[in-house]
Amino acid sequence: MKLHTSKTRATKAINRIKRVVILGNPNSGKTSLFNRLTGLHQKVANYPGVTVEKKAGKIRGGQVMIEDLPGTYSLLPQSEDERIVAQTVQSWRIAEHKPDAVIVVIDITNLEKNIYLALQILEWCLPTLLVFNMIDVARKKGLLFDLNVFKSRLNPDALVATSAKTGEGIEEVRNVIVQLVESKKAENQNPILLKIDDRLRPVQDLVTLIQNYRGQLNFSPLIDSLRLIASDANLEILDGLLTGPQISLIKEEVNRAREVFHYQGINYQSLEATLRYDFIENDLLPLIQKSEKFDISLSERVDHVLTHPVVGMFIFISVLGFIFNSIFSWAEYPMDIIEGAITWVGLSIAQSMQDSTFKNLIIDGVIAGVGNVIVFLPQIILLVFFLGVLEDSGYMARMSFLMDNLMNRIGLHGKSVLPLLSGFACAIPAILSSRTIEDRRDRLIVIMLIPLLSCSARLPVYTLLISAFVPHKILFGFLQLQGLVLIATYFLGLLTALFIAFIIKNIIRRENPFHFMMELPPYRLPLIRSLWWRVYDSSKLFLINAGSIILAMSVILWFLASYPVNENKNLSSTQKLEQSFAGQFGHFIEPIIEPLGFNWKIGVGLISSFAAREVLVSTFATLYNVEAHDKNETMLPLKEAMRNDRKRDETPVYTTLVALSLLVFFVYAAQCMSTFAIIRRETNSWKWPVVMLLYMNAIAYFASLIIYQGGCWLGKV
Amino acid sequence: MSEFSLTQLKKGESGVISKFDSEDANTMRLKEMGLHSGVSVRLIKFAPFGDPLEIKIRGFHLSLRRAIAEKIFVIKKIKRE
Repeated sequence: MKLHTSKTRATKAINRIKRVVILGNPNSGKTSLFNRLTGLHQKVANYPGVTVEKKAGKIRGGQVMIEDLPGTYSLLPQSEDERIVAQTVQSWRIAEHKPDAVIVVIDITNLEKNIYLALQILEWCLPTLLVFNMIDVARKKGLLFDLNVFKSRLNPDALVATSAKTGEGIEEVRNVIVQLVESKKAENQNPILLKIDDRLRPVQDLVTLIQNYRGQLNFSPLIDSLRLIASDANLEILDGLLTGPQISLIKEEVNRAREVFHYQGINYQSLEATLRYDFIENDLLPLIQKSEKFDISLSERVDHVLTHPVVGMFIFISVLGFIFNSIFSWAEYPMDIIEGAITWVGLSIAQSMQDSTFKNLIIDGVIAGVGNVIVFLPQIILLVFFLGVLEDSGYMARMSFLMDNLMNRIGLHGKSVLPLLSGFACAIPAILSSRTIEDRRDRLIVIMLIPLLSCSARLPVYTLLISAFVPHKILFGFLQLQGLVLIATYFLGLLTALFIAFIIKNIIRRENPFHFMMELPPYRLPLIRSLWWRVYDSSKLFLINAGSIILAMSVILWFLASYPVNENKNLSSTQKLEQSFAGQFGHFIEPIIEPLGFNWKIGVGLISSFAAREVLVSTFATLYNVEAHDKNETMLPLKEAMRNDRKRDETPVYTTLVALSLLVFFVYAAQCMSTFAIIRRETNSWKWPVVMLLYMNAIAYFASLIIYQGGCWLGKV
Repeated sequence: MSEFSLTQLKKGESGVISKFDSEDANTMRLKEMGLHSGVSVRLIKFAPFGDPLEIKIRGFHLSLRRAIAEKIFVIKKIKRE
């Protein structure tokens, strides 16, 4: 396994801050605890493995840095994020990589499964704090146990019962950590936390051999031996620590041990798991008593309805429909208010400042550009909020359960549902959340499909085009035509993604896939606290984006649209715009995009939206404002300005057909620099981001071509 | 007492795991999650179209595909509901 030697060394040299690592199963409440301790805000979820990035935060009121590792069930990894945890733990063999303390979070209501990882960590013999989390739920369930007995049996340095939900025990955890990082632990006494019996006899020779390399390997020879025998993949552990001849010697012994196991009929691959569960059953489970009041929980009753083949499917579709409908209708009022405020600010500045180039820059560049993007904040808040509720409540996991069969038919599986749905918010976190997919090829396919889903950055473009060019009509008394078109737009991306997945499935056949298996966590009421931080984080990100990339793009575009200044007074404002740098470039690409119904102004927008899609809106705002400004017209709302835009022959630039063609183009086109960058990082190659760029833009071009040319042809017929 | 695969349990029925029919990454992870011979398992339900299925084991719920569940053998214990 690769050790990040140079990086860690560098950080060590810079600070003397103590380092603490936090580990735990998915859904153990690890991330909530991390948030409580650090105040650094991060996703909390009910879905296995949402904590895909390694995050760190300074503990409140202490010189301690806590690293939050992805949730994992075991140190023998199956997925990308589990691999991150395994590599981190393996790096502890080298003294300078050792953290000053380790926290293992255990969901005490599910000790049997949660304690497994804790046992594996305790064997590393670092200052260790075990946290029995969800103590509030355990009390309600009537679980009885004595912390002191557990402490004497497992021998951690500290053991605290907490509830990350109510805050119980958090203060104690904080105090314990501050003390723990200062403590020095006697080394080389790795405890053995599995059942020891005759089944271990064939390992003995290997243990004796590995004992000799104790100084290099720095870990329990027994556990190392078990893992080396279990799988050849674990031989990586030795790389860089031992010499070639030493490793060959070990390999020989490993093979000999396997033969003996084989002869005795003992399954050596899962021997560690078997012996550990024997230990858990014999030594730990008797320490917890369940009180009599045992019945089918509320969670199970709720689940019965929500995953019902008919009712459940109906609820699933209704929930999605409700979310998309409310994003469009609820956001309308706050959006109107923001729009009004921006216009007011623009007008106030127009009145209070003297005419100058700087004034033009502020009004036509900054306010028009940034302002028209900020308008979409309410929609993004709603979307992030709803996705958060789905995840934190545990319903997202049921969506995967319900959809797995259908997803399987197109070669994906239930775990792809979360990344794909997150793609509706933003491709960046969606691509990161795909790390929970075990199979690399499955993951790659999902990554390539995510950008086809309409992210929230496309929403501003959709909203603008739909509200400007789709008539405000009510169908069947309650369905808004505009809302329907929006839903159809979203479905277009989704169905295309599913169709492509289906094609890929039939081209590439696979053997021995790692199958979908997923914990279904109990339903929980989402914590307002965690929802708030989700919304806060993504709003902040959106506004920072608006204040940086979009601001810069707006200023550049304003410049390109305003210069070179033509002093000829007889030219109309439109002619001036056409002669600007932006206009010239728009004209340059016009022949290519004309068959799609796009003029040079849209061309300018398309180019600028490669920074981020919502830049299209600010580009249009800037372009139309420069034009209106030159005509000495007052600033019109952008929709109006676009509707009023005329070609030279006085026909409208935007017909509903052009708007549809543009809408479809935006559904398909790969336009986001950040997505390109993240795919480069996650796939570790230039090939896949380039493939994405080419295939998506090809689809975009031909789909728009078909829409526009087909529409024109139908119009003539 | 006959042995049959987990998928042959009916909704709400429990059984005791008797053996695994294969050893690969899938079964390895299941064992790390505590699915061993001698552990009782209850079939909670099948997803629409009969795949995947939900089981309850050691107090938690797990969703598995048929393809894996078919390789896990159980002995039927008690009939419920």
